Amino acid sequence: MTPSTMAPDTGTREPGTAQARDIDRRDVRQASSIDLRGLHKRFGKTTIALDGVDLTIEAGEFFTLLGPSGCGKTTLLRILAGLEEPDAGSLRIGDRDITDTPPHKRSVNTVFQSYALFPHLSVRDNLAFGLRMQGIPLEQRKAKVAEIADFIQLGDLVERRVDRLSGGQRQRIALARALICEPNVLLLDEPLSALDAGLRGQLQVELQRIQKRLGMTFVFVTHDQDEAMVMSDRIAVLDSGIIQQVGTPSEVYEHPVNAFVARFMGHDNLFAIQRSADNWVDTDLGRLQLDPAQQRSEQQGWLLIRPETLELGGDVPAGYNRLEGIVKERLYRGSRIEYRLEVNGVTLMAVASNLGQRLHAVDDRVTISVCPEDLVRVAA
Amino acid sequence: MAETSMALRSRALVAESRHLLFTVAPGAIWIFVFLVLPSAYLMGVAFMTTGPYGLPEMPLSLDSFRRLAGFGFLGWSPGNLYTLLRSLWQTLVSTALVVVIAYPIAYYITTCREKWRPIMLLVVVVPSWTNQVIRTFGWMNLLAPGTPLAGLAESVGLINPNMGLYPSNFAVTLGLVYNFLPFMVLPLYAAFEKLDTAQVQAAQDLYASPVRAFWHAVFPQTLPGLLAGTVLVAIPAFGMYVIPELLGGGKGMMLGNLVANQFAGSANWPLGAAGAILMLIATFIGLFAMRRVGKRLGGGEEVVI
Repeated sequence: MTPSTMAPDTGTREPGTAQARDIDRRDVRQASSIDLRGLHKRFGKTTIALDGVDLTIEAGEFFTLLGPSGCGKTTLLRILAGLEEPDAGSLRIGDRDITDTPPHKRSVNTVFQSYALFPHLSVRDNLAFGLRMQGIPLEQRKAKVAEIADFIQLGDLVERRVDRLSGGQRQRIALARALICEPNVLLLDEPLSALDAGLRGQLQVELQRIQKRLGMTFVFVTHDQDEAMVMSDRIAVLDSGIIQQVGTPSEVYEHPVNAFVARFMGHDNLFAIQRSADNWVDTDLGRLQLDPAQQRSEQQGWLLIRPETLELGGDVPAGYNRLEGIVKERLYRGSRIEYRLEVNGVTLMAVASNLGQRLHAVDDRVTISVCPEDLVRVAA
Repeated sequence: MAETSMALRSRALVAESRHLLFTVAPGAIWIFVFLVLPSAYLMGVAFMTTGPYGLPEMPLSLDSFRRLAGFGFLGWSPGNLYTLLRSLWQTLVSTALVVVIAYPIAYYITTCREKWRPIMLLVVVVPSWTNQVIRTFGWMNLLAPGTPLAGLAESVGLINPNMGLYPSNFAVTLGLVYNFLPFMVLPLYAAFEKLDTAQVQAAQDLYASPVRAFWHAVFPQTLPGLLAGTVLVAIPAFGMYVIPELLGGGKGMMLGNLVANQFAGSANWPLGAAGAILMLIATFIGLFAMRRVGKRLGGGEEVVI
């Protein structure tokens, strides 16, 4: 980080100001792309952590590895850091093949889930650790520590011992300790999972801002799909050591490729397709018209209906599917209302924004409008 | 209202002092009777004159300190000085060896599966449950002339034929190392167990080679354990009696033997007392130095000794 890129963000970016020059200098910096080919990793004889992972991460991208515990996301991150060796496959960062490079020779730094700060060192010495190991002289180390402490706003903490700090403060120091080395790639292993919800939301936004300002490649691991969607440029959803889908948050959320991704992104309304043609499908809900433009090649599988796309009550617009249902349960969530409906004996979830309209009561009979364009076919 | 609260407070104070009296008094009395009084007596004896049967007599004199320093009827002899130096040297060498041996053992135990660790620790500790004299006799049998170990040393040319490995200074060092190993392994194990392995990985992630990761991330954190172990090993080793007595022979005597001899064999209580005081002073100097080292290297962490 050059001193000017480290300056705290003071507000809007106007052309010709220091902020705009930052962006120019930032582009010269060494954000690197990552290229993974055919990565395999197994632990012991039976546990397969990665089962053939091919992935390209662009330079300067905020990329998230998302999946349930045991899906291989942390193993993948540790392979990037060099803390784990793949059984097969290759790994490039920028134009260098680093498959066999030990961790201390990789320009990659990690923010660990447990933070892994050194308890025997002060905050200052923790921050300076990476610089010291690289043999950077004391004067430069001091300057950089002051810079990063200012950047991450922990100025008055540097003299303290790390065991006297709160969770949020430790998190910042773990981040600063990695950022100070100006790595080509920053790896973050569920860095927010130990924090309470409020602080977590705040740091999600802050992390994303820092990433954009530095233009560094971030690889972020999480099991929380909301966190992944808020922060990422692109998301890779993993399950059983295999990448299920790679895409932008909206692609992964709105067009999950299979039932696993759909369920993991929080979708409940999945209905098995019994029969289908070009522009309709039969499910337990009945026959529904589909937008022919959204056809996928597979004919079997699941139909996904996002709860927020359903309209309850009122007239059904022309060309929309019409369903009849009974309200079985209503959850008042403040900004939105969730309804559990029963349609043809199956459960359908619907979410309505709370716009002050009349709420449907339990046992009400309602008409449901479903736009054909919002129906998505999902592979099994 | 104010009066009642005052009364309550003073009653609480009385209760508290009574509580203090009952809890602290037994320990305080114990320490006074069995530590303070004998120490004071020892001090006194050291400054008295030696009587015809070796017992202390008046008047007060510094005679025993002069004799301890080597000034006898026949002028100055270096015998006692050698004994002091030998004690210091044996302590230094055996403690250093114990550290070198215990460090990997303690680390290895922490890398074992959790259910095996208590068993491994037990294996380290169990030998010390046997009487020290018996264990030392065991070493005598192992090191005596004609035993496989002595034969091996002979064939390599380390010792002259039929000499055996004991009595010798080497045998004393070996005995000390063997005897005190558990006292180093246990505190080091405790230090290693507290260590988060993620920190080692963090160090490597932050450009530290494996060797530098050890020196900068692992070693400083085991230092409190190392210093505690050093105190547990070095102080008793310095005053050790049994091992040099059995394995050392005439040329392997340490300060403990010198002192013991003055109270038993050669019967010179004041000289023995002076020797004991010398040991005490040397021990305090060692402890003080160790505290200083601990504060400097411990990175602010208080090293309790």
